[in-house]
Amino acid sequence: MSAPYRTEAGGRIDRSRTLNFTFDGARMQGVQGDTLASALLANGVHLMGRSFKYHRPRGVLSAGSDEPNALVAVRRDDARYTPNLRATEVELYEGLQAESQNRWPSLRLDVGASARLLAPFLAAGFYYKTFMWPRKAWDRFYEPFIRAAAGLGKAPTQADPDRYASRYAHCDVLVIGSGPAGLAAALTAAASGARVMLCDEQAELGGSLLTDQGALIDGQPTHAWLADALSTLAALPNVTLLPRTAAFGYFAHNLIGLNQRLTEHLPTAQATGVRERMWSVRATEVAICAGALERPLVFPGNDRPGVLLAGAARTYLNRYGVTPGRRVAIVAGCDGAYRTALDLHAAGVTLAVIADVRPAADGPLLRAARAAGLIVRAGMTVTGTGGARRVTSVSLAPVRADGSVGGVSETIPCDAVLMSGGYTPSVHLFSQSRGKVVWDDALKTYVPGASVERERSAGACRGSFGLAAALADGANAGAEAARAAGFDVAPKTFAAEATEASADSVIGALPQPASTKTGEAFVDWQNDVTVKDLHLAAREGFRSIEHIKRYTTTGMATDQGKTSNLNALGVVSHALGAPMAEIGLTTFRMPYTPVTFGSLAGVSRGDLFEPVRATAIHDWAVEHGAVFEDVGAWKRARYFPKAGEDMHAAVARECLAVRSACGIFDASTLGKIELIGPDAAVFMNRMYVNAWTKLSVGKCRYGLLLGEDGFIVDDGVVGRIAEDRFHITTTTGGAARVLAKMEDYLQTEWPELKVWATSTTEQWAVIALQGPKARLILEGLVESVDLSPEALPHMSVVEARICGVTTRLFRVSFSGELGFEVNVPAEYGRAVWEAIWAAGRPHGLLPYGTEAMHVLRAEKGFIIVGQETDGTVTPDDVGLGWAIGKAKPDFVGKRSLARPAMSAPNRKQLVGIFTDDPALVLEDGVQIVAAPGQPTPKRLIGHITSSYPSAALGRSLALALVQGGRARMGETLYAATAEGDVPVRVTAPVFYDPDGARVNG
Amino acid sequence: MADLTPLTRAAPPAPKSPCLTNAPTADRLLLRGDREVMAAAGAAFGLTLPTLACRAVAVADVAALWLGPDEELLILADGAAPAAMVRLANALIGQPHSLVDISHRQTGLGISGPHAEAMLAVGCPLDLHLSKFPIGMNTRTVFAKTEIVLWRTGPDAFRIEVWRSFRAYVLGLLEEASHEFTP
Repeated sequence: MSAPYRTEAGGRIDRSRTLNFTFDGARMQGVQGDTLASALLANGVHLMGRSFKYHRPRGVLSAGSDEPNALVAVRRDDARYTPNLRATEVELYEGLQAESQNRWPSLRLDVGASARLLAPFLAAGFYYKTFMWPRKAWDRFYEPFIRAAAGLGKAPTQADPDRYASRYAHCDVLVIGSGPAGLAAALTAAASGARVMLCDEQAELGGSLLTDQGALIDGQPTHAWLADALSTLAALPNVTLLPRTAAFGYFAHNLIGLNQRLTEHLPTAQATGVRERMWSVRATEVAICAGALERPLVFPGNDRPGVLLAGAARTYLNRYGVTPGRRVAIVAGCDGAYRTALDLHAAGVTLAVIADVRPAADGPLLRAARAAGLIVRAGMTVTGTGGARRVTSVSLAPVRADGSVGGVSETIPCDAVLMSGGYTPSVHLFSQSRGKVVWDDALKTYVPGASVERERSAGACRGSFGLAAALADGANAGAEAARAAGFDVAPKTFAAEATEASADSVIGALPQPASTKTGEAFVDWQNDVTVKDLHLAAREGFRSIEHIKRYTTTGMATDQGKTSNLNALGVVSHALGAPMAEIGLTTFRMPYTPVTFGSLAGVSRGDLFEPVRATAIHDWAVEHGAVFEDVGAWKRARYFPKAGEDMHAAVARECLAVRSACGIFDASTLGKIELIGPDAAVFMNRMYVNAWTKLSVGKCRYGLLLGEDGFIVDDGVVGRIAEDRFHITTTTGGAARVLAKMEDYLQTEWPELKVWATSTTEQWAVIALQGPKARLILEGLVESVDLSPEALPHMSVVEARICGVTTRLFRVSFSGELGFEVNVPAEYGRAVWEAIWAAGRPHGLLPYGTEAMHVLRAEKGFIIVGQETDGTVTPDDVGLGWAIGKAKPDFVGKRSLARPAMSAPNRKQLVGIFTDDPALVLEDGVQIVAAPGQPTPKRLIGHITSSYPSAALGRSLALALVQGGRARMGETLYAATAEGDVPVRVTAPVFYDPDGARVNG
Repeated sequence: MADLTPLTRAAPPAPKSPCLTNAPTADRLLLRGDREVMAAAGAAFGLTLPTLACRAVAVADVAALWLGPDEELLILADGAAPAAMVRLANALIGQPHSLVDISHRQTGLGISGPHAEAMLAVGCPLDLHLSKFPIGMNTRTVFAKTEIVLWRTGPDAFRIEVWRSFRAYVLGLLEEASHEFTP
């Protein structure tokens, strides 16, 4: 046996299956069932990490997810490199490569440890004090130095190649934690027929039963009972068992986040499936059976490798077959520590000393230890430990009846110190559920108070300590939860035979001689917070535990103060002379244990991060070399460059084609709503600013939609298909918003109206043909409809057929040219597009994209909602006051428009802008000033909303919103560019064909 | 005059996972109106439109899905919509209602097999257990970041109706989810 600290027999490991692994390159062996921590301990390795601030050598403290010290990185390859894993949770597999963190050049020789020499400068709140001056040194020196010196672990350097799953789940009863309480709860709830989920963060279900030895449940040894209970549960169809699954967050309405590790424990060759699964569980009822966390004792040198929790040592012994040393000192602050003493004694480990730090040391287990012949020295304290990278001795001194420490310290050689101050209920999830914890004076701890969510705590996590109590409490909780979820069941009963520990425990720092320095008595291992730091905070006037937490950083590390919170409270309580109950507890934040980004992202990665919407004509655009832009979730063709063309050249060519011949444009993304019902016109009159009553069937009108604040929210052409039927178009981005707004008004304001709105955005593919030859091209394709200007003038709509399918053919224009928009059912979209394309090519038809569309409309001064408007723009501001139906009694936004400020003459109004330099294209958003050369802050009187080079004009043009702009025609103003103030001339916002002759062609 | 060869509806490519299928090409109508409208409309098809919330009824070549107190989705055979609209219009003369052809607005996806529920649970937050979401139940709901109509057609079979441009996203998520079950 190569592992010197492995016992001959016992534990839940398979000694016949040897596993090779490396730690910082050193080759070692463990066995199947080991964690990295237990395997290292079996090899006599306690030094597993360096502390965060002082780089002190640290050994493993615990055996579970509460571990603050033994943070390691596990490497499978450059992409699969996971930092900050707790060695106590890393399951050993063949070939595992682990690395220590926060050290250089090596774990044993860490240059950063010289930080200890700086410790006087690194006291609580040091970053508020030490590095304050000079100010400039912060960015260049202090912060980089601190960031380099501190920090836990390194991020992987490559993209994560693994697959992660996300899943919603529902159950009647979710049981969190599979110790005796959790199992009793699950067995009871499952018997009711309720759907039960049982999760536990550990690799094996069983919680404390995995460590227990000697107790009996229903006459069976605990391990045998556990195996039976688990096989019973596994066989039930209404039960889902989730090992390796941490309940990390308790969200509103009983939504619990579970993180399941699926392949972390497998050798790399087998770790090919989904790596982690994120469960979002909506539970009708929850039973929190999270157990309790063992509390360290606070004394100088309590962080030396080899000093660990007594209960953790018992877990290593009983579950993993590992002894923490050969000559072990035990420091008991509670009766439970004697279980460890008894089990180690039985395993043949030498107990160098057993010291009890309680003033009145007694309890059933202590008595059992004495009965077993062990010598207990009561009324002691620990004044220090010896050793460098491993503890070599412990120093003890007697405590007098008055609490002072007297006599000479006695130094006892040992190779491990096992301590236990008692157990702290794990109230994290309860606290996350917004429940308030209450101080229990008998138990000397915080326990869950009244429930806010539909949950109850059971077992040690609410202070029901001991095997019998946990089983009974769990069974009651399981029955209560099942009944609350609508099932009928009585609590199962379990007969437990075990020696139960007494309840007294120790909180806060152990008494010390006056001369003892408390700067090495650690309270929070992970954030390197000592008794001295907490005393300093109290001395400096901090009273609130929330402030002390932030000042000292106690409880703020990735372990969320699992081992440290109550001791910190005890130290603060002592320093302030205030009882614990008055100090209060800080809030527990999620996650309970760290969750990987991969698991949080789940399936929402890459192409599946968000929906990517494509039109029926998208693939044609791809095949024709389109460059796309994102418009909301849509991909829209921005321009169609020919070989060697940049965007500017392509857009100029596309614009000229529309002005001189014809362009074809995919307008399918425009929002479309079919509004039907006898009250359709009434509804339109109330929603939109325009007057609709007199709009004839077959005619279209430009509709403008305001918010109740009177500002423009959307626009679009609306066609009247029948007396009771409108075809509404909206902006691409506004489609969902407008439909929701209509539904909102119909359901809440005007439920009496007989009218219904249905989205038809995706029903229709919309092919825009714009240009003087548009009619010529379409005439050959559209059947039996007269396209002449007389029969189908600008702003009309007709039902027709094209290529054998029905079309709603609109004569509309967003370019200022003769234009049609061919609406066909989407699945015919591409075929019709290709037919038009084929028919149009001889006439010079070209495809154009959104960029050319923008230029063409800007040349005509047509606004784009969201570009010329920003939620503060009225119809009159952008010259659309004419659209308002003046005679209408009301419409959405009408009342707001009547406010004097909405028609003030100095409001920003839409104007055209010409730069003096015709080649200069201003940036969108550039501010306008009246006079050049003003000192900052300049007086800003407007801004550019759109700006393009215009091929039709042979120069640049811009639209702008300028204060009192319409009264400034011809004035010279200045655009405040990064290069300086540039003179510009105010002009009318219609640059091309101002009389509109072309659109009526 | 142009080439009058009848156009065929463009069908999306078949899904990659064996648990997923494209629903047959179908026509769809969205009917809005009060209870009398629904009763008259059902009579026109020889069936009773569902009045129970979130329930669907299906006969030979018509399925009616309850989407709201005044809203039914009718799924018909490919090409059946024009005649059905005439039939409904005649049956509903004088009764205010809205009838819209949305045949091309959305497409249907079938999800089937023992893992159908779990696959849907990748994006659907509803409880799909057979006791809570029985055969014949349908609802408009969310699927990850988009909206779908979900309809249970069998113990291990569902149909999704999704707007055409969101199909790739929904299908992509379902195919991703299927990797959990077909490694």
